[in-house]
Formats: sequence, C-alpha cells, structure tokens
Amino acid sequence: MSIRDRLSGNEAIATAMRQINPDVFAMFPITPSTEIPQYFAQYVADGKVDTEFICVESEHSSLSACLGAEAAGARAVTATSSAGLSYMNEVLYVAGSSRLPVVLAVACRALTGPININHDYSDSMAERDSGFIQIYGENNQEVYDNYLMAHRIAEHPDVRLPLMVCEDGFITSHAIENIEIEEDDKVKAFVGEYKPENYLLKSENPLAVGPYGVSGYYMEARVAQAQAMKNAKKVILDVAADFEKTFGRKYGFFEEYRMEDAEIAMVIMGSSAGTAKAAVDQLRKNGVKAGLVKIRVFRPFPGEELAKAIAHCKAVAVMDKSEGFSACGGPLFAETSGAIINLEQRPKMIDIVFGLGGRDFTVAAALSVYDRLEKIAAGGEIGEVYTHMGQRER
Amino acid sequence: MENDMIEIRWHGRGGQGAKTASQLLADAAFMSGKYVQSFPEYGPERSGAPITAYNRISTERCSVHSNIYEPDFVAVVDETLLESVHVTAGLKKEGAIIVNTAKSPEEIRPLLQGYEGRVCTIDARHISISNLGAYFPNTPMLAAVVAVSGCVDKEQFLSDMEGSYRHKFAKKPQVVEGNLKCLRQAMDEVKG
Repeated sequence: MSIRDRLSGNEAIATAMRQINPDVFAMFPITPSTEIPQYFAQYVADGKVDTEFICVESEHSSLSACLGAEAAGARAVTATSSAGLSYMNEVLYVAGSSRLPVVLAVACRALTGPININHDYSDSMAERDSGFIQIYGENNQEVYDNYLMAHRIAEHPDVRLPLMVCEDGFITSHAIENIEIEEDDKVKAFVGEYKPENYLLKSENPLAVGPYGVSGYYMEARVAQAQAMKNAKKVILDVAADFEKTFGRKYGFFEEYRMEDAEIAMVIMGSSAGTAKAAVDQLRKNGVKAGLVKIRVFRPFPGEELAKAIAHCKAVAVMDKSEGFSACGGPLFAETSGAIINLEQRPKMIDIVFGLGGRDFTVAAALSVYDRLEKIAAGGEIGEVYTHMGQRER
Repeated sequence: MENDMIEIRWHGRGGQGAKTASQLLADAAFMSGKYVQSFPEYGPERSGAPITAYNRISTERCSVHSNIYEPDFVAVVDETLLESVHVTAGLKKEGAIIVNTAKSPEEIRPLLQGYEGRVCTIDARHISISNLGAYFPNTPMLAAVVAVSGCVDKEQFLSDMEGSYRHKFAKKPQVVEGNLKCLRQAMDEVKG
C-alpha cells in the first residue's frame, strides 16, 4: 500500500534514491539541488543504503565518476543544478555517446547572468542536445514517480542512454506537499537490478569505453545513438504502463488537460502547468474551451503525438521558461513548430517566454495568455509571434 | 477548491525560522488529513534579511504553484519588519494578521498601513523563554496561527504535536513538556 507523506521535491528524489540503493552516488553540491546529496548522506550514515558515496571536487568530476562506475557495470546517480549542469556539459555528451545510463536529478535553475538561484529551464534546455533523455515533473509526486521509472528506461537494452529527472528549482525542490510514497520492497521489485550485458570489468568479454571515432565510424555511432533515442519512446510508454499497473498512477509523453474539445491551448512544462490548470478550470466554468498540454518527456521529443494533440485547436501558446536567444522563440516553441509543420490544418501559434530567474507565474498571468489566444482564435491578428511576459516595463 | 482553501504568508528574517514555522504548520495540517503546501521565497539569502514563506491548506490537492498575493492570514515573526516590509499587502479584510510582539493589538494597528481586519498579537519571546529557557519564536507563533486561523482543530493539533514531539525528541523527553506548554500558553494568550 502507498504511504501518505509530505515531502519536498528534493526529499522525494532522495527517498527514491534510497529505495533504489544505487551502487554509486558521486556528489558535488549546488543550490537548489544540494539537499538531495544531503539527505542521501544521512541515509549512508544511518546504514539505510550501501551505496559508495563519493564527495568529489566539481560537477565535471561527479559526472565523470558516475561514468567510470557505469562503465564498470555499476548503477550510478548524481544531482545538480544550473552552473553545475553547465560544468558537466562535456561529460554529458560522453555519457550519451558512451551509452552509459547514469541517472541525473536536476533541480532546474537559471543560468548566469545576472547570477540568480531561482527557477527556469535555462540549465536543462542548454543540454537538450547532449543525448540525455529528459523527463520533467509538475510536482513532488511526479518527480518521485519519474525517478522510479528512470533507471528502467535508461538501462533498457534498446535504449542505454543517460537520463535527467528534472524538477523545478525551489518551486518543487523546496516546496513541501502531500505525496504517496511506495513501499521499499515494491520499489526495488519494480526498478530491478542493473545487469548490463557488457561492461569494462567483465573478464570474459572485455569492453573498450570511449575510444576515438575516426570519420569512418563516428557517424555510425551517432546514428546508433539517435536510433536509441527513438527507441526510448516505446520504452518510456512501456515502463509507464507497468508503473500504472503496479502503482496506479498514469503517465505518458505529456498530459492533456481538458483538451478533447479545446479551441485554445497552452503547451507548457513543470509546475507552471499546475498553475495554468487553475486558469483552464476558471475559463471552462465560463464556457471558454480552453485546455493545456503539459510536456513531460522533452527528450525524446514526442513531436507526432503532440501534433495530434493540438491539431484541432484554433490557437496555441507555447510557454517557454528559458530564453534561447534565437531571436525567433524559445526551445519549446522551436520543437512544437517543427512538430506541427506537416499538418494539413494547424493552429495559429505564438511563443511566450516567461518566468525567467524565478519571476512568478500566476493564475492571472495564465488567464491573460488565454485572453490573447481567444482573440487570435476569433480571427484576430496574431501580432508578434514571439514575446516576453511578466517583465517590468522599464 | 478555492472556497475552503486557507492561504497564509509568513514574514521573518533569515535565520529566525519563518520557513520552519511554515513547515511545522504544514505538518500539523497534514496530520489532520489536509492537503498542504509549504514553500519559501528565496532572495539572496543572508542571516537577518527579510524572508517570506507560504502555506496553502485545503481539502483537495492544490495545483497552483505561484506565490500568495491575497492571503487569508499573515504571520509576522519579527515585529521590526513592520517598519520596512508591507506585511499587510493584499491581506484579506476578513482575515487576520498575527504579530510576535509584547505590545497589544491596539498598539500594533497604527503600524499596519490602514489594515482594517483583525489584528492579533502574541508574545512569543516571553512564552518561549519562560517554557524553554531560550528564544524559539516558532512554536508559540505556530500555535497562535492555528488558534486564530482555525485551519486545524485545536485539540487534534495539540495531540498530533505531542506525538510528533515525542518522536522527534525521543532522546530528549524533557524538551517535550516545554514545547507543549508553549503551544497551550500561546493558544490561550494570543490577543485580538
């Protein structure tokens, strides 16, 4: 039976890690993810896990240590945020291309500058091409559940890719809310043991990890990696189906909230989706056909499925919580635009960059977005396609 | 969902435990079967700087994750904040503000920028020092907020907190009685 509890997002992730009892946790602290290794260190001290807990000197080293462990056939985890994730950048690509399924918890936080500790997705979006699977949660429950599914997805023989479990810094990482925790033995049974077919220390079939890829072979490795990311789509859904059967909570690539007959909709991620749901409920009470799609899996990007989900809408606002400085929209807008490009009939679409560096996103702000969409849906001008919201006028 | 939700904003200074107080309130409400949110708002953290923490308490899960701009109740852990922070901003008239001070509600009201609702005071310093021998304003403030807001049944709150203290201070049982006295005294002595 599930255990009713109240935990912050960070404690929920640390709890999932304790239940999974990974072989190695290489840690370097950074706000707002620091509590994850902090809680975990207590579990180590209390003998609740037998994980090799390594305190290293940087994030570059924490992920490198994880890769060493993974290459040796162990299950390795770490956690980071913001500049820490950026400092891992080089090693993230090594993890992806070496096909080492390390699981990385990211409490998403703005990148400098100006220097800022609060939430947006500039850190994780900057690593969207690193070869990591990226799964985002709306609240502590989803983050916990995503973590329970993470190792099975990453370690699946058809995938073998590293994975980021992303939570919203502070908004989720430091907010205490109700949560249902699953029993330790059931979690262990669900996640299972990690038994890689080949690894560095397997004496009967020694393996080289990270060799030079000459031009004659580099592309083949990259295509195989791209195929693994495609394969991940099926595995993500299979694991979600088993998760639902085992624990009763349902997950997909994204959540469609009141989308069946929606004429106007947002495409949005993380905790902001929860706030926008309250706006959708208010609008529905007034007869406005509003809905939203909350992206859960950003890598692999579920383009075809998303296109189907929003094809029937008249107007859609893509809500980007990071600024990509492309001068024509944020990363979520680019992906969503690409997804719908070949639809015969497609919605009018705008991009709104919001919530940078912890700028609060309120129900009223969400309502103002739907107000703009109503005007566009009624045949009005789209106006500027790419705008920012919530910033001071001067 | 919105009708039965209680929203509370805490004002304190970094290091005084306004965030902890909001977590304790969430604990108490959780134990009584409610859905809770407790979250801090962080600026550049430093000891002594004004900080804000929030609670939402409801009978159904709340999906809203913004800050709270129109709270039902405001709790001020440090009365010197009244000079520098607009603590009653957005506070509902039907609600109340609870200030940790030795002063009376009548003396505090002129400092509240025209707030028309209920003003409550609690001398958390006196209660804490007389029962615990040290200044921990959280415990009396928590009890005062429960008493004024009614967000948790008083008797259930006291019995839940006793269980929680006995668990938390299993190795220091002498602390339990002092904390429980703080709670009861604060519930009795909150004015306004």
